Amino acid sequence: MSESVHTVTALPTERRSGCPFDPPAELLDARRQGPISRYTHPGGKPGWLVTGYDMVRSVLADPRFSSRKDLMNVVDFELPPAPPGEFLLMDDPEHSRYRKPLVGKFTVRRMRMLTERIEQITADCLDAMEKSGPPTDLVTAFAKPIPTIVICEILGVPYEDRASFQEQIDSFMGGEVSDEELIAAYTATQEYLARLVAAKRANPTDDVLSELTDSDLTDEELKGISLILLAAGFDTTANMLSLGAFALLRHPEQLAALRADPALTDGAVEELLRYLSVAKTFHRTALEDVELGGQTIEAGTTVVLSYNTANRDPERFTEPHTLDIRRQAAGHLAFSHGIHQCLGQQLARVEMRVAFRALIDRFPTLRLAVPADEVGLRPEAADIFGVKSLPVTWDTK
Amino acid sequence: MSAPLLSADRGRCIGAGMCAMTAPEVFDQDPDDGLVLLLAPEPTGADRAAARMAAGLCPSGAITLHEPEPGLS
Repeated sequence: MSESVHTVTALPTERRSGCPFDPPAELLDARRQGPISRYTHPGGKPGWLVTGYDMVRSVLADPRFSSRKDLMNVVDFELPPAPPGEFLLMDDPEHSRYRKPLVGKFTVRRMRMLTERIEQITADCLDAMEKSGPPTDLVTAFAKPIPTIVICEILGVPYEDRASFQEQIDSFMGGEVSDEELIAAYTATQEYLARLVAAKRANPTDDVLSELTDSDLTDEELKGISLILLAAGFDTTANMLSLGAFALLRHPEQLAALRADPALTDGAVEELLRYLSVAKTFHRTALEDVELGGQTIEAGTTVVLSYNTANRDPERFTEPHTLDIRRQAAGHLAFSHGIHQCLGQQLARVEMRVAFRALIDRFPTLRLAVPADEVGLRPEAADIFGVKSLPVTWDTK
Repeated sequence: MSAPLLSADRGRCIGAGMCAMTAPEVFDQDPDDGLVLLLAPEPTGADRAAARMAAGLCPSGAITLHEPEPGLS
C-alpha cells in the first residue's frame, strides 16, 4: 500500500532571493521529504515529481519509462508524436535509428580535435571584448557567440548566413518574445534548415550535415535532426558559459584556484555542470505500472525528473550546495543518463574547458559591473536556466 | 579460466563516450560508428580503478565488470 507522501502542486516559479544558483527552496524541500512527491502537471493531470539522485538515475535507465511525446500525459488533449528526426522525444528503435548515424561524429576524440578551432573562435570573441573595452555583457560578447559559431560550423551553415541565423535562433530560444514572434522565428529556422539540407545534398561540404546526407535519412528527418542539434547544442552551452562565469565570479576563492592551476579546469567544468544543472527537468511516462519508492506509478502517468535537485542530493554529493571545483563531480546528471544521455556532451566539455580557461586567463581582473542581485535571471519556467545578461568589467592597462 | 575482468556490449552502447573519457587506456570509441572499443580487458592498477569508474558511469549499462567478490576465490 502507498505510504504517505509529500505533495507538490506546482513547480516553483522563483529562486530564493540571493541564491541564483540553487534550485528553488520548495524543490529542495520536496527532496528532503523523500525522493518522490505527488505532483499535478500544469494541465491538471496527476503525476509524480522525482527529486532524489538515485531515483532520477534509475528512472532514466528503466525501459519501462518512455520518452515519447505522444504518450506524455500532462495536458487534457493528446500530444502529437515527435516530428521526424527529433529523437529526444522517441523510444527505441526509432530513437536509435536517428542517434546511431550521429554517434561517430561526436566522439571524445573527434571533439578534442576541434579544440584548436574552438580556441581560435574564443580568442576572436575575447579580442573583440578587449577592443571595445569595459563594461560589456558577457552573454552577448562571449557565452552566445562561441557555441553558435561552433554549431554553425558543425552543421555547415555558410559564413554569410550566420548573423541572420543567430538572430532567428536567439528569438526562439530566449523565451522573451511573444508567441507570434516565437512561431515566426521557429518557422523561419525550419525553412532555413530545409534549404540547408537540400544545399548539402546537392553540394556536400566538409561538415556533419553533409556527411549525414550519405545515409538513409530523408531531408525531412535531417531537418529535424539539425533542429535538435541546434536546440541542444546552443542554448545549453551558452547558458552554462554565462551562468558558470557568474558562479565563478561569486566564488572568488574557487576562481583564484582555477586561475592558478590549469590542471583544475576539467574538474571545474564537471563541478559547474553539477552545481548549475541548467537543463532542469525532463519527463518520462510509465509504460506499465512501476513501483517507485513505495508508490505505484500507474501505466500512462507522466513523471517529472528534477535534475537540479538530484545533482544537489546530499546522499550522493557531500555538501551539495557548495561549489567545489576540486570535488569528484563525475556521475552528475547534467547530461542525463540512460539511452538519451547527451549526444553532444563531449563537444560541450571542450567548449567549456577552452572558453572558461581563456576568459579567466585573458581578464585577471574580471568582475561584475553591477551588484550580484541585479543580474537578471531567466524565468524559472524556461527550459534552460541562465542569466539574461551578465554585465562585467575589468581593469585596462 | 574465469571470464576477463571487463566486457563491453556494443549492442547496448549509445556512444556517449563516458568510458573513453574516464579510462582512456582501457576504452576507446570506434572512429566509424562511435561505439565502445575495449582496448584492455584486464587492466591493472590505476587503469583498473578508472575502468571500474567508467563501468559505473556508463549511461546504457554496456560495460560489465566481472570482479571477484573479496573473500570468494
